[in-house]
Amino acid sequence: MLFGPSTLFTKKINMAKPKVLILKAAGINCDKETAFAFESAGAATEFVHINQLVSLEKKLSEYQILALSGGFTYGDDIAAGKILANELKCKLFDSLKKFVDDGKLIIGICNGFQILVKAGILPGCASFEQEVTLSGNDSGFFQDRWVYLKSSVRAQASPEGTTRHQPPAKCVWTQGVRDVIYLPIAHGEGKFIPKNEEVLERLKNSGQIVFQYCDKEGVVSGYPSNPNGSIDNIAGICDSTGRVFGLMPHPERHLISLQHPRWTREGLKKHGDGFVIFLNAVNYFRK
Amino acid sequence: MYWRIEIKDKEGVFNSAAESLKSEIRELGCSEIEDVRIRAVYFLIGTLSRDEACRIAGDLLSDKVIQEFDLLAENDAPKGYEKYKSLQILYKPGVMDPVEDSTLKGIKDLGIVSVESVRTAKRYLLKGIEKKEALLLIAEKLLYNKLIQIVLPEDEHHLYDFAHLPDYKFQLKIVDLLDKSDKELMRLSREGQLYLNVHEMRTIQSYFKKLKRNPTDCELETIAQTWSEHCVHKTFRGLIDYKEKGVRRLPGARFVKKLGSKKIHNLLKSTIAKVTTELKKPYCVSVFKDNSGIIKFDDEYNVCFKVETHNHPSALEPYGGANTGIGGVIRDPMGTGMGAKPILNTDVFCFGPLDFAPQSLPPGALSPRRVMKGVTSGVRDYGNRMGIPTANGAVLFDERFIGNPLVYCGTVGILPKKESFKKVRPQDAIVVVGGRTGRDGIHGATFSSGELTHESENISSGAVQIGNAITEKKVLDCLLKARDAGLYGAITDCGAGGLSSAIGEMGETTGARVDLKRVPLKYHGLSYPEIWISEAQERMVLAVPKNKVKKLLEMFAKEDVEATVLGEFTRSKKLELDYDGHRVCTLDMKFLHEGVPQITRSAVWTALPHKTKNFRVSKDCTGSLLKLLSHPNIASKEWVIRQYDHEVQGATVVKPLVGVANDGPSDACVVKPRFDSLKGLAVSNGINFKYGDLDPYWMAASCIDEALRQIICVGGSLAQAAILDNFCWGNPDKPDRLGSLVRASYGCYDAAKAFSVPFISGKDSLNNEFSVHNKSISIPGTLLISAMAVMDDVHRSITMDLKKSGNLLYLVGATFQELGGSHYYDILKIKGGIVPQVDFKKARSLMQKLSKATAKGLIRSAHDCSEGGLGVTVAEMAFSGGLGVNIFLNDVCYKGKEKRDDVILFSESNTRFVVEVERLNQKAFEKALKGCSLSLMGCVTDSDEFKVYGLCGNICLQAKLEQLKEAWQKPLKSV
Repeated sequence: MLFGPSTLFTKKINMAKPKVLILKAAGINCDKETAFAFESAGAATEFVHINQLVSLEKKLSEYQILALSGGFTYGDDIAAGKILANELKCKLFDSLKKFVDDGKLIIGICNGFQILVKAGILPGCASFEQEVTLSGNDSGFFQDRWVYLKSSVRAQASPEGTTRHQPPAKCVWTQGVRDVIYLPIAHGEGKFIPKNEEVLERLKNSGQIVFQYCDKEGVVSGYPSNPNGSIDNIAGICDSTGRVFGLMPHPERHLISLQHPRWTREGLKKHGDGFVIFLNAVNYFRK
Repeated sequence: MYWRIEIKDKEGVFNSAAESLKSEIRELGCSEIEDVRIRAVYFLIGTLSRDEACRIAGDLLSDKVIQEFDLLAENDAPKGYEKYKSLQILYKPGVMDPVEDSTLKGIKDLGIVSVESVRTAKRYLLKGIEKKEALLLIAEKLLYNKLIQIVLPEDEHHLYDFAHLPDYKFQLKIVDLLDKSDKELMRLSREGQLYLNVHEMRTIQSYFKKLKRNPTDCELETIAQTWSEHCVHKTFRGLIDYKEKGVRRLPGARFVKKLGSKKIHNLLKSTIAKVTTELKKPYCVSVFKDNSGIIKFDDEYNVCFKVETHNHPSALEPYGGANTGIGGVIRDPMGTGMGAKPILNTDVFCFGPLDFAPQSLPPGALSPRRVMKGVTSGVRDYGNRMGIPTANGAVLFDERFIGNPLVYCGTVGILPKKESFKKVRPQDAIVVVGGRTGRDGIHGATFSSGELTHESENISSGAVQIGNAITEKKVLDCLLKARDAGLYGAITDCGAGGLSSAIGEMGETTGARVDLKRVPLKYHGLSYPEIWISEAQERMVLAVPKNKVKKLLEMFAKEDVEATVLGEFTRSKKLELDYDGHRVCTLDMKFLHEGVPQITRSAVWTALPHKTKNFRVSKDCTGSLLKLLSHPNIASKEWVIRQYDHEVQGATVVKPLVGVANDGPSDACVVKPRFDSLKGLAVSNGINFKYGDLDPYWMAASCIDEALRQIICVGGSLAQAAILDNFCWGNPDKPDRLGSLVRASYGCYDAAKAFSVPFISGKDSLNNEFSVHNKSISIPGTLLISAMAVMDDVHRSITMDLKKSGNLLYLVGATFQELGGSHYYDILKIKGGIVPQVDFKKARSLMQKLSKATAKGLIRSAHDCSEGGLGVTVAEMAFSGGLGVNIFLNDVCYKGKEKRDDVILFSESNTRFVVEVERLNQKAFEKALKGCSLSLMGCVTDSDEFKVYGLCGNICLQAKLEQLKEAWQKPLKSV
């Protein structure tokens, strides 16, 4: 395999490619590699500046997938993702709502996740009030490090000592993902905090918790496995439809095996762990 | 009128910033501190109603999940808190506060238009500290920098009124120069912060005598900027009368290098640039001309690289200095050719020792810890926001860096082959894009060309700036689009000297006319010379053909980037500036660019007397190794590295931290800049000022050897490699400083020639001295060599961590008794000795053979033998790979006189590598390295121990991997 996954799907171009809108705005900086990830998985991508959506030069409704990639939108001034979240809410709320209602997909990675959360799109309630937040890491610093992620919350011991079964995550982006995957994080404000216990319970019970930070064996544990102090080690969540997905780790940075920090000792695999996430989104529209 | 909004955490929310501040206050000696709260404060200035202010606070400024807010009208006193004392920190007028802009944008998005401006502040609530002096000490040491901020005590809560800056009324200023004596000329130079010497002042005087008029202030400033050491490098390009004393072959040394006394015309052309000219490498595309050096990457793309320093600003305001340092160097590739896309940042820092006693700090110097924290976060916040991985660097410490730290920042860019050159045409419009111009950074170029004193912080505060990375990111996004649409013919960045240097350089062969009134300003009140020489950040200048101006302006406007036509390039060969219809400057380009008088400087190099004492053989090699691993120069820099996003752009295939636990020290990084190609780029650096204390010639050779060794260690080769020089030196008017600079330059020439690797760009930062009460402390002359090498296939990359037990361990290259400047001598506090030398006849071929062996897949891991020698190198490989090692010193090819275990283990001889080879490749590997000094010295084991058998066959060093790693990680675990 010469060039990573990009060559895998060139034979299938006769199939309709879902169109991905890769949002551009001041300070978004992971747009190129995110676009490459979608294209590797067989999608067509287009960079669209937020001003083009606001001015109606481009229409959100013409795309199937919206990707909010990582970066520091507007410098993360006030708080990470806050100003773009405010802009989306104030200026594009209706078209975003319709986009979700039409059964389309949204992903927010890192800063994109912060934006979705602060705009109230994730976890998403009827009023679009903000119910969870991503705040400063407990370490006090921006950190770039690789983390293990446990996909879907299965069984957890309740305080009474009995085991309670929760539904598996319903996220369409992570279907078929292995139990434990390995991705890098790179953020200063990734500590997941729900507004209160009820919100957390609701997320758990409705299968909206998609990824939890864990150790190599899949055991949910503390720093550095949990790199930022997130409540319940939560690293990624989806909305109640499973189609809107946000996560702090960067799947586009483990698309090919050469991006793995230990490929020189552990060898190369066909794909990086993040690839399947993009593939799932593309396949969703191929069904 | 205004509203004041204070954002506070809800009860029980953990605030890491407040917690770490609390422990810093304790460390400062205020153990009575009980609790710290931090509040973000926003002043919303305008005619808005309480409801509007409330909505802004609730929807935009606070996070409902974890925060609450207090809303106060102009005359309400902020809520006091029982037992808490409060300190409020604000920015001074004219200082960039990036949050203002984006907050205003957010408010407008909410549909509220009654807010005119926003100011931000921080309020600190401290419990347990009662005394005002203690509070102010905390503020000064930990919370603010008086150059850019003010602190308001508890009782003053009002917004400082900065809005009413006086209007600027035009008045042409003529400087009376024609009849001045030398003494008066020098006073003029000093008082105007021109930093011009008497020869230069006289040359200017006679130029205007010929014109029969006095210069305007603007003309004089323009000449001072253009002729500053920072911009024109007069030392390197001038005449040098060099004398050498006492150079002889030292007992035990392999070589001696005598330059002899000589007159040098243009040191740069005689050494650094000469190598490149002589080597005639076909892959060199554009060298020493543009804002960065360009080499070929593949058939479609070229890559460029530039490294800059920002030492003086970082000494005064570490965060802002380093922040704008990286911001500035990123603009170099952006302004190279027709604009390159930055793909990698590097950073190398030299600080004072972190444990230096605060009471012994010279007046005016910040504590090394504060400098390190500020510099690290300054680089972090800019590089990360720009979306450029910072994946290579180094951090070193020495007492001589206390008043004058070194901050080297580098950026690599990639650009299509056909976009590698630019051309300014007469009648092209001069367009400035990006940030607005303010009073920031005035006199930066000339300021950096003088020495720092303990009063610098008072007189040079204008030279301090804070960057706004997002503005630069927006500029970058637009520029690349405009480049690809062919909308401009030339580009350069606004760096030192601001518009004066950028437009002056671009119009050198044509001429340029500018209307300074058109320059967009951050605030009113700037005079015309201030506009012209301001070094406000995030600005680029373009030459745009007339018929493309409209399209270009539209393209930038669409993404909210300001672009303004300032004037045009002409055929007049003159620099003509107007302000509001008045001519304020007319200078001949030829005089401006070629008029600087060449003066002869004298340079002397006096070889150190050879006085190495014999020292006792250490019985405790294990203890020495542990001490070396904990030496701050060697210890893990993970604390710094992890704060940088080293993986954004998704191209970093060899990361700065490698090994079984992702924490081993990689020799270099490898990036794969194109998604659709396996071609890669390895980037490394070599720096060792300790060798320079003994002989700068061998320091230079060692730095080049080190940088190239690291390239080889990650699987790169010398075939398509290039290097950059960055000299940070003391005052070149002092003959001893200049003498060592000359010697280092010749070391660069000889080494680069021997390795057949060209220099493609470089920079010098001289006058790195800190004077306290007329006593000047120079930094050690410090040369940074940065290297990059194109790799055909990144799959051939290797890393330094040991891979498998049973594999063989080789030392490639011979060991000599070269402990001069070594870290072993440093921990033993021994001065003198033989500095590591480079065997120019053998070094290149050894590296070539090694890289061929790597390309054949014969090598599992390789690590550069440098600081701390063989002992540290093997220890690092072992604990990074989580595998044990046995080595036998009897098998090491050692050519020193004294047969000693410690010398073999800790000598820092150059051109050595520790290499791990699988047994089945033993023959092939040994064949590939035929003719090189090769020692099969041991093997990898599955134990958890590093064991060394000494010359007598006994175990002379034995340590658990865990113990070694702990010693290496502990010192800089957190700063």
